[in-house]
Amino acid sequence: MAKKTIREAINEALRQEMERDETVILMGEDIAGGAGLDGEPDAIGGVMGVTKGLYATFGPERVIDTPITESAIIGLAAGSAVTGLRPVAELMFVDFLGVCFDQILNQAAKFRYMFGGKAKTPMVVRTTYGGGLGAAAQHSQCLYQMFTMVPGIKVVIASNAYDAKGLMIQAIRDDDPVIFFEHKARYDDAVEVPDEPYTIPFGEAKYVREGDDATIIAIGGMVSEAIKAAEILAGEGIDTTIIDPRTTSPLDVDTILEAAEETGRVVVVDEANPRCSIAADIAGLIVGHAFDALKAPVRQVTAPHTPVPFAPELERLYMPDAAKIATAVRDVVNHGK
Amino acid sequence: MQEGTVVEWLVAEGATVSVGDEVLEIETEKVNNVFESPVAGTLRRHVAEVGSAIPVGGLMGIVANADVDDADIDVLVAEFVQTFVPEADDDEARPEIVTVNGRTISYLSVGDKTSDATPLVLVHGFTGDVTSWLFNQPALAADRRVIALDLPGHGASDKFVDDGGIEYLSGAVTGFIDELGLSEVHIAGHSLGGAVAARVAISNPERVATLTLIAPAGVGSYINGEIISALAMADRRRDTRQTLQRLVSNPDLISRDMVEQFLRLKRTDGAAAAVARIASAFVEGHRQRIDVVENLANYAKPVLAIWGADDVVIPAKPAGTLPENIECHVIDEVGHLPHMEAAAKVNELIAGFLKIRSG
Repeated sequence: MAKKTIREAINEALRQEMERDETVILMGEDIAGGAGLDGEPDAIGGVMGVTKGLYATFGPERVIDTPITESAIIGLAAGSAVTGLRPVAELMFVDFLGVCFDQILNQAAKFRYMFGGKAKTPMVVRTTYGGGLGAAAQHSQCLYQMFTMVPGIKVVIASNAYDAKGLMIQAIRDDDPVIFFEHKARYDDAVEVPDEPYTIPFGEAKYVREGDDATIIAIGGMVSEAIKAAEILAGEGIDTTIIDPRTTSPLDVDTILEAAEETGRVVVVDEANPRCSIAADIAGLIVGHAFDALKAPVRQVTAPHTPVPFAPELERLYMPDAAKIATAVRDVVNHGK
Repeated sequence: MQEGTVVEWLVAEGATVSVGDEVLEIETEKVNNVFESPVAGTLRRHVAEVGSAIPVGGLMGIVANADVDDADIDVLVAEFVQTFVPEADDDEARPEIVTVNGRTISYLSVGDKTSDATPLVLVHGFTGDVTSWLFNQPALAADRRVIALDLPGHGASDKFVDDGGIEYLSGAVTGFIDELGLSEVHIAGHSLGGAVAARVAISNPERVATLTLIAPAGVGSYINGEIISALAMADRRRDTRQTLQRLVSNPDLISRDMVEQFLRLKRTDGAAAAVARIASAFVEGHRQRIDVVENLANYAKPVLAIWGADDVVIPAKPAGTLPENIECHVIDEVGHLPHMEAAAKVNELIAGFLKIRSG
């Protein structure tokens, strides 16, 4: 057990699974980087450094640098998965989903169903999401709702290194297509992570914090902001529960409803744009199934309905943060008083 | 343990307290626990606020005589706040690893390694780990080195358990003691760990000075096999919480963190299978397949045995049902986890027992 960053935890998960099961292979743009050229192979280890060192151990047959063609990368993953391998493909930025979405939506997600159970697609697509690094409109989106809405796909959004390792191992062992989201600004966040392999089941939300006054449900990178907001609010005598769903598909509706009912005052935090968002989905579930326990409207703290700005001042205004979350919590706590 | 969260003050400011009175309810990463006053006097100030997290060593309250000035108390509190530095992470004992018969055993050693006093080895129970002793290890380490280990199949130790039987487990513990170069130890075990400790003690009379059994397996044939099975199978939060609540007399003691910790360990590769194998080796239906009583009859070293009166897993054995040389205690309003539910009392019993009987 040692403190490991999200980057290191995912790297360790990939390494341990590749050691355990030789059908696990990796593919993506520059996931080794430099392979085949003069100089050091595995020079890059992925644009975010997550796959560093794996090429050196497992070689070019299992760690495949691809050309820049998401439709082929994800198509390769879907095809190799359905014919017996367990690929972990990288979609470098989730913003690129447009060029490979058919492979996911109409192929991978549908194989098991349309082949009457005769096929399974045990593939993982790792992808980066989120803003805060000034990567601008085409490299900062969240878009997880676009996979969550598709039956046949599982969607994982880990908020910390401990969950990231366990959920990645679970994703690789899962026989269905899993999209594994990694926040590009959070790779250096570190917590204690066991050295041994372990799993975390999908569809199990986590109680990050417990408090009686309000419930905050936060997705991915927003969990850290929720924790900061909770500390600010604790100083004002407002004690909050924080729920981290960890997977949006399957979604742990039971825990979400239980946490909503315990306080009756709910704020959902989602970095994505507000229309058809996970926040809207969760708010709708709560209003539909826990209405009588509610003491205030369910508030959603999200980005505005605009592209992600490039200018740092505007990006800061765009991103939900602890202050905005705390304001929303005060609103629901004071509602009706 | 690094900090606790204050749940509730049980005594108002201005009220009188005696030694041992329950003063404060604290939530930890294990059970929710009650802090007993170590002094008598008037509880003049609640320093720790409800809902706040207090680090180990932090100031919780002030007890003083009624005639002490409020202003003096203010100064004391202010001084403390200014000068107090919580123990750094680095100072806290970290788990270490040894290799025993080619397999890793993880352990936590607390207390002075150079001390002459005979060290105490702690063996946790079924599905436990070193943190089972969270409320005991620091207190007992005042007198001697205290070493808690993770049994095979548990915690961070190797998950290989052979046939899951008591021979393999006690062999691993004996090997562990050898590996650490300890020529003489006291040993204490809880539940299944109690049976393991007994086996180690009985097989190594020259190395083991005393034996302490806490709600031990292997004494009496009845065990609630359904609870053991539930522990082995638990892999979701709700089931786990309900099952853990059956282990204690007061279900509110089971904190969410404790449930989370249990699941984390269970979900380590190999842990669930190891635990299942051990369960089938040690329990069949509602009958224990291990027995240490027979051996205890001829065992000449000192033995301390502690039970909770409300234990529904392995019923308490009052004095008279075991060989006479065994010192027996049954604690009221406590279930299968006396070392957590009544930690102060259990620590006192063990410390007293060890002090009288040895170095």
